[in-house]
Amino acid sequence: MSKVLIALSGGVDSSAAAALLVADGHDVTAVHLKLADTDTDAPPGHGCCTLDDAQDARRTAAMLDIPFYVWDLRDTFQTAVERPFAASYATGVTPNPCVTCNEKVKYAALLERAKTAGFDALATGHYAQLRRDGKPVVTPGPNVTLHRAKDAQKDQSYVLYMAQPEQLAHTLLPVGGYTKPQVRQIAADAGFRVAQKPDSYDICFIPDGDTAGYLAKRLPVAAGTIIDNDGTVLGEHDGVWRYTVGQRRGLGLDHHERRFVTDVNATTNTVTVGPRDALACAWVRIKTPRFTTSAPIQEHLLVQIRAHGRAHQATVVRDTNGLKITFLEPVYGVALGQAAVLYDRDNDLCYGGGMITDADRDAVFGLRNA
Amino acid sequence: MYLDHAASSTVRPTARAAFLTHLDAANGSAAHQRGQNARAVVEQAREQIAQHIGASPHEIVFTSGGTEADNLALKGICWAARDKTRTTPHLIVSATEHAAVRDVAVWLAERGDVTLDVVGCGPDGIVDVEAVLALLTPQTALVSVMYANNELGSINPIAELAKALATRGVALHTDAVQAMATLKVDVNREQISALAASGHKFGAPQGVGFAVLRRDLAVVPLLHGGGQDRGVRSGTFATALIASVAAAFTETVNDRPRVVAHITALTDRLAAGLCALDGVRRNGPTDAAKRLCSHVHLSLDALPSELLALRLDGLGIAASGGAACSSGATTASHVLVAAGITGTPLRLSLGWDSTVDEVEHTIAAFTQLLNSNAATSRLWV
Repeated sequence: MSKVLIALSGGVDSSAAAALLVADGHDVTAVHLKLADTDTDAPPGHGCCTLDDAQDARRTAAMLDIPFYVWDLRDTFQTAVERPFAASYATGVTPNPCVTCNEKVKYAALLERAKTAGFDALATGHYAQLRRDGKPVVTPGPNVTLHRAKDAQKDQSYVLYMAQPEQLAHTLLPVGGYTKPQVRQIAADAGFRVAQKPDSYDICFIPDGDTAGYLAKRLPVAAGTIIDNDGTVLGEHDGVWRYTVGQRRGLGLDHHERRFVTDVNATTNTVTVGPRDALACAWVRIKTPRFTTSAPIQEHLLVQIRAHGRAHQATVVRDTNGLKITFLEPVYGVALGQAAVLYDRDNDLCYGGGMITDADRDAVFGLRNA
Repeated sequence: MYLDHAASSTVRPTARAAFLTHLDAANGSAAHQRGQNARAVVEQAREQIAQHIGASPHEIVFTSGGTEADNLALKGICWAARDKTRTTPHLIVSATEHAAVRDVAVWLAERGDVTLDVVGCGPDGIVDVEAVLALLTPQTALVSVMYANNELGSINPIAELAKALATRGVALHTDAVQAMATLKVDVNREQISALAASGHKFGAPQGVGFAVLRRDLAVVPLLHGGGQDRGVRSGTFATALIASVAAAFTETVNDRPRVVAHITALTDRLAAGLCALDGVRRNGPTDAAKRLCSHVHLSLDALPSELLALRLDGLGIAASGGAACSSGATTASHVLVAAGITGTPLRLSLGWDSTVDEVEHTIAAFTQLLNSNAATSRLWV
């Protein structure tokens, strides 16, 4: 039995995780994190609560008869996740806020706080698996590796790549070994009313999914040009942050061929578009990679460059500038700021990864330096 | 160790007995004998409370608690003033009011039912009479300043304020929810126009309280129906709760000299013991005459509030780590913001059955806790 702190969001995954921990005999304490202000209907002075989620989490904890606390990390979330999210877009980079959040708030940072508070482990409802000697991890301890979730559709190992071996030793991911329908069943069996709650949105602080609208309220209008990859001016834009590499929709261009955003340059305030071929990318670089394991890494492996993309075959070389990942076949739609995450050839073990700080797109069409 | 009497105090034995005695009461508005018996209990309770608080019986309106009494006073008086003058009345509330006053005032202002001014407070949480008077306009219909603050325990100069307002023909409502357990309040002598009290802060069960609404005050009812409580507050008399709140109040008044002496000594000891620890400061008025003897409000430098709540539960100490919002998260309190108080807040509040043992155990537990957690101050940055 270990003293475990479960991050209880009020959703079905973390609720099922809590039930599994209790069933495993752990001494479980639940904490609900208040992260984003999304309650626009709240009366004045009460903008603090995504109340339904907090209530659901409280109800789950009560049913499991475990202590429940609410930690208000809105300021931390604002400073560490929301503001950098908008700021990244302003520099032409497409960030992954879930990765940032796991690192700065929800996982890595929370784990440190849990340890300080006297807990042996932090548990979350992330879909990813931990193994020790090939077996599922049910108690905290060293020599743990991070793996894809059993449910490939729900796998979240991508957003946990920053977990260090020492952190994984104090982590439990109870639902990673189950499929989503199984997790819903676990929640239903426990009598949780959240068992059929819909899945949450990708970006929790933009509940309507309108990222451009969210950014428009926070970033200035800065008109610039949209050029084709041969240099022809095709149109105007009112902020580079409205565009992300690989984007096809909403460009408003009159062009006889399909055009994709191939580059977003905040310095020159220019958005470059081109045919899909111009998105082809042969290599990416990670300046500061993080590794989940001290074990050696395969030279030929798989690399995932988007949260919901497939993994690509690649070779990896480590040098003084970090990590250079060379794809066996060109990869399309690489955006700076997204994470490149390394998996073994079986597409199972997550080695780690890092934020893409450089990519080869220029070499393909040679524009930025031209 | 229960050190959260300011949130809800323990039920007084006489209140418990009264509640159980009258649990099967008939409807106090019914004409039959059992109904009349119930009504007699209600009216006896009204008389008792009126006598203790310096009001006449028909000025007492039973409510579900402090929040309803505050709502009734603010909305009822402001709407009545608007109806009478056909103009938008002006309302003044203090920045340290409980949400039951503050949010009502903001709501009224947002609807355009009043114009609102909020008067600040000093670093000790006390509202300055002159500052209130400076905000008065010919349209001012009501001023609402709490008798004593729920967090800091600061006692406002209500008698002085009420007198100054009375000479100007302006009504004063005071949320006296925190004051009743340890202070003698006399609405007649202090010229208070309206007052809100909550039973569970002084030994009654939760769910009952009362408003004092002076007879010269026009009040628009919030609850229409059977016309109970002179039509101001309809609804079947909650006989058992009403008997219980009167019993608790009577016991509180009779026991007050003992309680005040007892818990003054306890809070003095508690404050001295805790303030001797590194990074612990006491907030609120330094003059003991200007603060509730039941409250000790501290700022802790070494413990973030999230960790504090965990630790307190671990130690078996029930205390308030700050104002809880509806999700349960502790948030920066508007009172502490208004008073400019920083650090992790901790309110320890004692009541009629607090013991020396509880205080000594709390001091010992905190001494150990703060010594072992001295390095956690940067945890949440």
